Amino acid sequence: MGSGALFVAVFLACAVEAVEATTIVLAAGAARSWRSAMSGVAGALAVLALVVAALGPAVSEVPLRGLRLVVGALLLVFGLQWLRKAILRASGHKALHDEDKIFAEQMAAARGRQSRRIGLVPDWYGFTLSFKGVLLEGLEVVFIVLTFGSNQREVGLAAIAAACAVAVVAAAGVAIRSPLRRVPENAMKFVVGIMLTAFGTFWGAEGAGARWPGSDTSLLVLVPAVAAFALVLVALLRENPVAAAEAVERS
Amino acid sequence: MAGRIRGFAAFWYDFVVGDDWLIAVGVLVGLALTCGLSRIAFPAWWLLPVSLLLLLPLSLWRAARRGSGGG
Repeated sequence: MGSGALFVAVFLACAVEAVEATTIVLAAGAARSWRSAMSGVAGALAVLALVVAALGPAVSEVPLRGLRLVVGALLLVFGLQWLRKAILRASGHKALHDEDKIFAEQMAAARGRQSRRIGLVPDWYGFTLSFKGVLLEGLEVVFIVLTFGSNQREVGLAAIAAACAVAVVAAAGVAIRSPLRRVPENAMKFVVGIMLTAFGTFWGAEGAGARWPGSDTSLLVLVPAVAAFALVLVALLRENPVAAAEAVERS
Repeated sequence: MAGRIRGFAAFWYDFVVGDDWLIAVGVLVGLALTCGLSRIAFPAWWLLPVSLLLLLPLSLWRAARRGSGGG
């Protein structure tokens, strides 16, 4: 896998997580208090920095084969879950991820709560809402950076790709101060699910001792094959529109 | 305290395993079989892709039958 492919894979995956975190922070800031929301962001980033400082050097010490086995297994489970949701959404069996709707729900929930000052934080609810959102989505960013980066022994490049994704999404969020509805999030999640699944399959099998025909070049077959298979599954699931409509209503 | 431990475990279960435990179990079985075949010097690279061909449709069928994919 080349450095360019690593950068693109990490950038896309982290951009999706950053869009979700930005929606929560914007809701916390707009409905409650910008100061509290930004304090929550700072607190979560501090915790994430500690996690990276603790795990980063440890991960780079693990032998490559063992690392590929564990990381491949995690990426494959993660990727298949993403792909499963993306296929259900694309085929109409699950409601599309809608940042506007999530933003409205977060705003309604946030407006209904009493304001309470704790220490330097003027509004504790706004702080915790923002803190949890950034921490949970940030943990996924850390996971993606460490797994992709450590497997290629390019954690630095993976971290730069993640930082670029977060910076671009955060800048867009600050500029428009509303949910990032124009980001093609559902399509991006589909692509990321394909990449996580393909790389997880490749690294998992290598870590388990298998040798791919053509070594790294087999990824050039694996990625499009996973994409084609996912599209076939979307087409097959779309053949039952009545069940799909019922499923969306229930979800 | 027990509630916090349960909550912590539930968070990591949700983070790693997600909506369908069948996928996690299937991946572990696929990796174990790949490991086993590789140890006896049998070509095993095809096993995980075949697992994927079985697991993903099965998990989607279960989700469609239930009416929602969760999360």
